[in-house]
Amino acid sequence: MSTATDDRYNALEKIIKKLGYEKNALLEVLHNAQGIFGYLGLDTLKFIAKRLQLPYSKVYGVATFYSNFRLKPKGRHNIVVCAGTACHIKGADKILQKIEQRYGIKAGETTSDEALSLLTARCVGTCSIAPVIVFDEDIKANVSLENPLCDIEESIK
Amino acid sequence: MITSIEELQELAQIKKSQNDANPREIEIDMTSNFYTKQTRIVLENEGIIDPEDIEDYIAHDGYIPLFKVLDEMSPKDVIEELKISGLRGRGGGGYPAGLKWESVSKVQSEQKYIICNGDEGDPGAFMDRAVMESDPHRVLEGMAIAGFACGADKGYIYIRAEYPIAVKRLTRAIKQATKLGILGQNIAQSGFGFTIEIRLGAGAFVCGEGTALIASIEGGRGHPRQKPPHLSDHGLWGKPTILNNVETFANIAPIIKNGGEWFKSIGTQNSSGTKVFALSGHIKNTGLVEVPMGTTLRELVYDIGGGVEDGRKFKAIQSGGPSGGCIPEHLLDLEVDYESLKEVDSIMGSGGLIVMDDSSNMVEIARFFMDFCANESCGKCTPCRVGTTQLTGLLDKFIAKEATKHDFTLLKEMCLVVKSTSLCGLGQTAPNPVLSTIKYFEDEYLAGICDD
Ligand SMILES: Cc1cc2nc3c(=O)[nH]c(=O)nc-3n(C[C@H](O)[C@H](O)[C@H](O)COP(=O)(O)O)c2cc1C
Ligand code: SF4
Ligand code: FES
Repeated sequence: MSTATDDRYNALEKIIKKLGYEKNALLEVLHNAQGIFGYLGLDTLKFIAKRLQLPYSKVYGVATFYSNFRLKPKGRHNIVVCAGTACHIKGADKILQKIEQRYGIKAGETTSDEALSLLTARCVGTCSIAPVIVFDEDIKANVSLENPLCDIEESIK
Repeated sequence: MITSIEELQELAQIKKSQNDANPREIEIDMTSNFYTKQTRIVLENEGIIDPEDIEDYIAHDGYIPLFKVLDEMSPKDVIEELKISGLRGRGGGGYPAGLKWESVSKVQSEQKYIICNGDEGDPGAFMDRAVMESDPHRVLEGMAIAGFACGADKGYIYIRAEYPIAVKRLTRAIKQATKLGILGQNIAQSGFGFTIEIRLGAGAFVCGEGTALIASIEGGRGHPRQKPPHLSDHGLWGKPTILNNVETFANIAPIIKNGGEWFKSIGTQNSSGTKVFALSGHIKNTGLVEVPMGTTLRELVYDIGGGVEDGRKFKAIQSGGPSGGCIPEHLLDLEVDYESLKEVDSIMGSGGLIVMDDSSNMVEIARFFMDFCANESCGKCTPCRVGTTQLTGLLDKFIAKEATKHDFTLLKEMCLVVKSTSLCGLGQTAPNPVLSTIKYFEDEYLAGICDD
């Protein structure tokens, strides 16, 4: 689809305009673009570079520096395994291993049917109920090491 | 619009009587050891006020300190009070807040900035999140007072994107305060104006470091730069800038309200006030606790934390996150403050305390933090970029029990090289967990050596 006829690009253009085409609003623009598209494709990054009159290399460099920005689409569902200290000492690596084995993907990857993306986080800020995983938007507390997916496996389609 | 302290007090009275008529249910049991051992200043409103209602904050004496400052005090008075209080930065370094503010207030400049560091990067710490979510106005109030004291009219809060509720509540709080004229131009007809904007981080630990945070707000990669120039001369957009942590700002209004002497009387000689700790790990009662500086680790772990869970044996307590250390059992009677923690080769850091039982392997914990630093290294300087990766690899050899005596010497030497030659705090402190575990748990390293 060309950028001119794609509504999502129009939405992004509006935001960039609202931010005054400011070069230093790059992070804001990237956050917004990821909100609109779900990820930051190379075309999107090129579009942003053009509109902010920044070198593409700079936009690409910033987008890849920060771990919250994704350059590939994510799956329909999302599991984030917290790998912070509190979760780590409560066995987060075992949880991650179990999920990796079950779906045949590594952290940072998406299943081939795009049903599930698996991610890790530095700490989701709920250390008192560790170990924690975040399924889509929900925080799951005190996750079982033996069967970490017990109540969510059904919903992953 | 509220234009005077009288109007603010009137609003507080109205809301107070409304609150008395419909008391909010408070679900916490304040009589348990977990609470009675605590002293709550920063968290005094947590769970008590409605964080989405500015009037509730005002009914609990909120914004009265700000109006008092604007009415009765000069910037100099504010800084003097802060210096008397002895408040030190809660983000890790422990630099006296009064001195920081004073140096920026003395710099001549048309434009200055106040930045609140809400990046809360240490894995295993969630104090700032709790403050921002449960009492957002307290942070705004502290920042506005800083603005007045230093001559800044613009503030930014840099929050990690992983904290959507904090972002939402702070955004709402800024809107409400602006609507009432508590933020904005000419607050309380004093001639002083202050506005606050939120900036989102994007998942880079190093962006908690001051110069990297500023690079990030300016829209670039979060690369730290060499200091000096310090932020107090050359901060955001090259202008004089105050950067303080969320919890530091949260202490400002109570200090103005009760006086610097009051604050100074809490805690220890060199570290006044309280500290919020995030207790987690192998411990019965997990959660946030706020105690006077100087409380012993034993009180924290046993009286408040209820001891190690599942009847296992205590092994160590980790403080200071990836820049900190592991403190063994024989030091549990340590009275916690900035200096005492340094003496045992750890640091206060932001306040994460992680208890580990006897099932934990200390080399593995050291490796965990080193791997974290290797992943989060921004790559700008070689000792950190290469060193942290090399150190992780060396630690792997100890864990696999394939290390040699030479590896042990190399490990220790490399730690010192990375510490002394890295550009920013991340690299300079990355070896700390290794050095502290070598100091207290050397036998676990020796057990990984195979060429005896
Ligand atoms: C790698 C690194 C990460 C940091 N992360 C944070 C952080 O997440 N939050 C914070 O308040 N300070 C952090 N700091 C400390 C800040 O650089 C700075 O000292 C602090 O925000 C100043 O505020 P304070 O004086 O109120 O503590 C970090 C420092 C380094 C070197
Ligand atoms: S010490 Fe590490 S994080 Fe800091 S500037 Fe050097 S490479 Fe970057
Ligand atoms: S370490 Fe997992 S929530 Fe903090």
